[in-house]
Amino acid sequence: MTELFEFIGKVSRFGLQVITDAFHRPYEGGQIGREIIEIGQKSLPLIIAAGLALGTVMTFHTHSSLVYFGAAAEAPTVQSFAFFVEIGPLTAALLLAGRAGSGIGAVLANMRVTEQIDGLEALSIDAFKFLVVPRVIACVIALPVLTLFMDFSGLVGGFFSEYAASKISLHLYFVRAFAHLDWTNFVPPVLKTTVFGFIIGTVSSFFGYTTDEGALGVGRAATNSVVASSLLIILADVILIKCILFLFPGHAV
Amino acid sequence: MTNNHQTAVAFNRVSKSFGAKQVLHDVSFEVPTGKALCILGRSGVGKSVTLKLIISLLKPDNGKIWVEQDEISGFGEHDLSRVRRKMGFLFQDAALFDSLTVYENLALPLRRLTNKSQQEIDSSIDKVLHEVDLEADGHKMPAELSGGMRKRAGLARALVLEPRILLADEPSSGLDCITASEIDELLLKQKAERQTTLIVVTHDARGARRVGDHFAVIDHGGLVAFGTAADIEASASQTARKLISGK
Repeated sequence: MTELFEFIGKVSRFGLQVITDAFHRPYEGGQIGREIIEIGQKSLPLIIAAGLALGTVMTFHTHSSLVYFGAAAEAPTVQSFAFFVEIGPLTAALLLAGRAGSGIGAVLANMRVTEQIDGLEALSIDAFKFLVVPRVIACVIALPVLTLFMDFSGLVGGFFSEYAASKISLHLYFVRAFAHLDWTNFVPPVLKTTVFGFIIGTVSSFFGYTTDEGALGVGRAATNSVVASSLLIILADVILIKCILFLFPGHAV
Repeated sequence: MTNNHQTAVAFNRVSKSFGAKQVLHDVSFEVPTGKALCILGRSGVGKSVTLKLIISLLKPDNGKIWVEQDEISGFGEHDLSRVRRKMGFLFQDAALFDSLTVYENLALPLRRLTNKSQQEIDSSIDKVLHEVDLEADGHKMPAELSGGMRKRAGLARALVLEPRILLADEPSSGLDCITASEIDELLLKQKAERQTTLIVVTHDARGARRVGDHFAVIDHGGLVAFGTAADIEASASQTARKLISGK
């Protein structure tokens, strides 16, 4: 238990340093851009593929249930609410934790083991600001955008499934999908992914940057980054849903 | 103790431990400006730790470390950054940034730490790559380089800011004797042409004798011998005599 609190304390301090350093010069714009491409753009195919598959499968399941209750026409609405409010943000975050989180952990751990981080410090370059801060900021920026792709991919996947079942037109499907959705259903869940992005970037960087176990530490940092990020994302999701319901009562379903 | 203008680096009763293991205990020595000190010792006795203490990648538990006129053991990041700019560090495995080309590895410190124009940066890099005989390899990634080329690229990066003090951690390890000799020549050239102070950690007695003006032998956490090659050969420490003779 003591170790758990110690870990929480260390990660919190690490995260605070990220926030503090992010607001001080130099702002590392070039590094942030490169990391957004590395983390965001390279995760996009996975996100779109997962969204399409999840959307298709989910509509398979919900369509038959909605037919049973005589509400088959509401399938697009159910799909859009499910994806925009919960499935999109959570799944995109978990996928990013798996794809980019492990990469961040392994890359930074490898840099630590091969003395590349010491090399930066020896050159009077702030390694934390140069390596960690851009990765965290890139996760914070990339995840909300990836979530939008996940949401729309899910809707498109749902359309394919619904079209196969009822021959619904694309126009009607999207009219029904967005008929009951307003900004308060859409914006807060997407914004909560900035918190998920911060968790992925910070936790993964923490395991990679602080490793001291040699080559063994590289693999361990990658694994720990995914496991800890995923757990913290789920935990944060529970807390953030409560916050959204408190701030937007009656809308954030 | 204060440091004078003729001393590049000085240790005054420096100790360093990692957990229960004491690596250095009460180590004191001075390195005159423009001279070469070779630090000898068996594996794991704290030679590399000594270099990392000089450039403040590690902090001493006790004692004082002088780099030219600055006593650095209590320095914060801002002052350390200023002091580190006086030094270059050649790491044992070169520690090149593997996501950047050789050229970009050299350009990074120039872009961040100097006000040089792109033309001046290109000129500085061309010059230093020519010195280490890698002028045709600037576009290569570190993974594409041989061991000797990596060492030379690491040396180029250490030299690109024209440091007054060059720290080298096992510059000849893992290299054949001809390549190791070439690296030693490059170090000596720096010393001769730019009056760069060299502090070299090595296992290679022949290389040490070629490069070093002074020698420090570390054993069991302490400095067991210090002086010229003749001083070390006449030392009471059997380890020191063995290390300097290479037998």
